[in-house]
Amino acid sequence: MSDDWMIEVENLTKRYAGHTAIDGLSFNVRKGEIAGFLGPNGAGKSTTMRILSCFMAATSGSAKVAGHDIFTRADEVRSRIGYMPENNPLHTDMRVREYLKFRARLKGLSRARSRERVDVVTEQCSLQDVASKVIGTLSKGYRQRVGLADSLVHEPDLIILDEPTIGLDPHQIRSVRQLIKSLAGKHTILISTHILPEVEMICNRVVIIRNGRIMASDTPDNLRKLVGQESQVVAEIAAPEAELKLCWEQLPEVEYFDIAPSEGDFLRCSLTGREGVDLRQVVFDTVNRKGWKLRELTRNRHSLEDIFVRITRTDKEEEGF
Amino acid sequence: MQTFVTLVRRELGAFFVSLTGYAVMAGVLFLFGFSMVLMLESLNATPAAVPIVELFYETAFFWLIVLLAAPVITMRSFALERASGTYETLMTTPVSDLEVVLAKFTGNLIFFLITWLPLLAYPLIIKRNSAAPEAVATGPLSTTFLGIFLLGCLYMSMGIFASSLTRNQILAAMNAFGMGLCLFFLSFVSKMIPLGDTWLSKVASHVSMFDHMLDFVRGVVDTRHITFYVSLTALFLYLTLKVVESRRWK
Repeated sequence: MSDDWMIEVENLTKRYAGHTAIDGLSFNVRKGEIAGFLGPNGAGKSTTMRILSCFMAATSGSAKVAGHDIFTRADEVRSRIGYMPENNPLHTDMRVREYLKFRARLKGLSRARSRERVDVVTEQCSLQDVASKVIGTLSKGYRQRVGLADSLVHEPDLIILDEPTIGLDPHQIRSVRQLIKSLAGKHTILISTHILPEVEMICNRVVIIRNGRIMASDTPDNLRKLVGQESQVVAEIAAPEAELKLCWEQLPEVEYFDIAPSEGDFLRCSLTGREGVDLRQVVFDTVNRKGWKLRELTRNRHSLEDIFVRITRTDKEEEGF
Repeated sequence: MQTFVTLVRRELGAFFVSLTGYAVMAGVLFLFGFSMVLMLESLNATPAAVPIVELFYETAFFWLIVLLAAPVITMRSFALERASGTYETLMTTPVSDLEVVLAKFTGNLIFFLITWLPLLAYPLIIKRNSAAPEAVATGPLSTTFLGIFLLGCLYMSMGIFASSLTRNQILAAMNAFGMGLCLFFLSFVSKMIPLGDTWLSKVASHVSMFDHMLDFVRGVVDTRHITFYVSLTALFLYLTLKVVESRRWK
């Protein structure tokens, strides 16, 4: 069973003098998955990643990468990890190709192999045009790709990316995301971010962390199920407002509702049903029976943003009591 | 070994793509030239009966170069990596802490020796143009360079240690300069206390770098001096290694 796991983290804790950065973290990531590490700033994402990449040691707890303990077999683990820290630090005085070659050699690749791999990753990350430019003169988007190329150069099993799209413009974000997506399958990827749509778009496992603790760890779909038991239905109906109001009040399936004016004669109704009831059927039947006009009927799926806000808010309320 | 060589090359290369390297070289060259002129002028006025390298050594620019150039060379080694964050990418590759420390030390030492290389030109010039070519002896010249090498080891390891303690290059340079100056001023303790058989005067004469160097420029190779430099270098490298390792238990 443990063959399937790329990352196994158990009770990982890191204390600095005075405060606890992460507190009893446990989660697993399967091989080939793209796992999103989600949390507000200062939640402990970077700390966890630094520990996993063997830069720092944890205060207590254990973690394994590809079956190797990160404390006792750090060298094994390091050669299997491609890590891109926050803000993507690079030697700005080197040329792109020179830098990638330097990094490949540092990671133990032979001279011939490093030349080969540098060619591959240069193409993979579309860096051919800037290969002989000095890194310091490159735009942020290109630098990010250099950082990604560096983390890929030794064909690691696991790629850890700390906020890879921070500070990029929308085009660059899209191309970096595309690149990360294209790596799925061959590599396991752990990516941290506080941009929710990003996780929704590229990850198949989400770990939500707050104040150094795991709030939830599951696939985005399961998380939606977890929070989104009752679903909301939006319907645009042309009918007298008073009549509509009365109708919804009398329907036993509707928990609560909201009516707002829309364009033309139509009114926009947001309806929340009782647990387990699909209101779409009910709404359609009602409209049909009354002879009203219906032009839209949709069910809102909970976005990760809702889930995130809900999970972290619950926590806050608990702390309040 | 591969990673060590890669790191040394990177360390050395960094000096030649940045302004710091050339600025240090230019400064040192200027001081070389200046002391050469002073030396020749004093030699023209009154002939001296000591080796030519000793005359150079006694212009006092020698120590100015060591004390000033060394901190500027070493200040970037760890501090810059920490400040720019590349320390993190470096330490997450499969390199050992010891390799990193030794590679930084070696790279800095090689650069330090390169800055001293032009000094060799002066004896050659004197040899060619002087009426007494025998004044330039190969023996004292090579022991002088041995002394410079040992001094370089000590000051480079000290500078790297200072650099590993901070992420601010200026602070690293000032710390290294301070430590270097303190060590250098110990030389004068032996001059201030009366010579005798007391333990104090013995210790003072052992730590007097001024006297060590005087031996080297006179062509005397004393193993006690070599032990002094090698052991202090090892101490500072060991301390640096501990600082680098400290990120694991801090």
